[in-house]
Amino acid sequence: MRDLRVNLAVRGGECLIIRGASGSGKTRLLRAIADLDPASGEIVLDGVAREAIAAPQWRRRICYVSAEPGWWCDTVAPHYPTWPSLLPMLGALGLSADHGARVVASLSTGERQRLALLRALAIEPEVLLLDEPTSALDAAATRAVEAILQDRMEHGLAILLATHNSAQAERFGGRHLVLCSATVEATER
Amino acid sequence: MNYTALSYSDLLAPAALILINGALSLRLRLGVERQLIVAALRMVAQLSLAGFVLTLLFRAVSPFWTGLAAAVMVLFAGREIAARQSRKLIGGWSFGLGTLCALTAAGSLTALTLVGPIAADPWYHPRYALPLLGMILGNTLTGISLGLDVLTNGAVRQRAAIEAQLALGASRWTALLPVTRDAIRSGLIPTINTMAAIGIVSLPGMMTGQILAGVAPVDAVKYQILIMFVIAGATAFGTLMAVAAAVFLITDDRHRMRLDRLG
Repeated sequence: MRDLRVNLAVRGGECLIIRGASGSGKTRLLRAIADLDPASGEIVLDGVAREAIAAPQWRRRICYVSAEPGWWCDTVAPHYPTWPSLLPMLGALGLSADHGARVVASLSTGERQRLALLRALAIEPEVLLLDEPTSALDAAATRAVEAILQDRMEHGLAILLATHNSAQAERFGGRHLVLCSATVEATER
Repeated sequence: MNYTALSYSDLLAPAALILINGALSLRLRLGVERQLIVAALRMVAQLSLAGFVLTLLFRAVSPFWTGLAAAVMVLFAGREIAARQSRKLIGGWSFGLGTLCALTAAGSLTALTLVGPIAADPWYHPRYALPLLGMILGNTLTGISLGLDVLTNGAVRQRAAIEAQLALGASRWTALLPVTRDAIRSGLIPTINTMAAIGIVSLPGMMTGQILAGVAPVDAVKYQILIMFVIAGATAFGTLMAVAAAVFLITDDRHRMRLDRLG
């Protein structure tokens, strides 16, 4: 596996767009930041090195949402600490309270994506690492997700967003990090 | 104690059953005739060797020789546990873990049974120690190998679900708890099934052997009940220990999945 060398800093309330061809290392970068895979290098959160923070605590503060999220219970609600408290956000995402009793396997990919995002937002992380969070959503649902993320950013949430969607990247604005398959360098623009 | 001793010629007619099985395999094109004959020959050779070695050990009644025989049995158990894994832990850990857990669980409970209820004199007398260890080890081996196999396969198959929990801040123990439960349950099921069926569906070998050797059925039953309790305890202890250690080995201190440690 080739080396991926990246040097970046993200402030609270900022969204850094990560772009690059499939296989360029977007997922690997996000997983390394979330400390889900061994990686060398230094990652610091509010001046504290990753190694100084217990791994579960680190991941609650810097939360990764996979492009294909996993589920460990048959129905939806047990995946959330307090399902009823999420009702307002469910509505905003085009979902309903009834989804709590639904069997995960019966949900569409788009519903699973939105519910996985909700699961991460429910633990109120400081940084959200999103890997193609709207790849299975229609335009309306995509806008709903973006609106919630923009709202959280206004309250200080930092986002690293890996996406192939150029229009979405433009809507979020901010800096772009482009990973190039042909080289080991990441460039910011 | 009276029993009917068998001569070698008494074994010839039953051996014909193996030949009949081989003929059936040929006729039905099952393709197992060679394995059947080799397995039967191995069984005869291994048991004959065991009989010879046990005769020597019973004469010696030495803690060293009994301990050596027990060590060989435990090492073979470790090898068998490793061989039954579809996804082995790299670096020889399947063998190491299997051997260590089998030794700890079966060894400690065998020793406690010898000095406790059986009160063998001396406690390491091979007539008691080795058959007892063999029965406990055989069942513990099954529990550990099933437990490890279900754990490693479950961790690979349910990787996305486990990592989703880790990504939300769960510890490795919490994230792997459903797979761990499945693994321990699988390790215990054979013993539970055996206990549930024993005496009605099946008569266990040790009890049958004692009865054939002239022991009163009620006394043979007491021995069998003791053995089943110890087997259940050793299997649970060994499986629990092996599965917990394997969870530790397929994750790291940063609570990450380390499936690269599986072969």
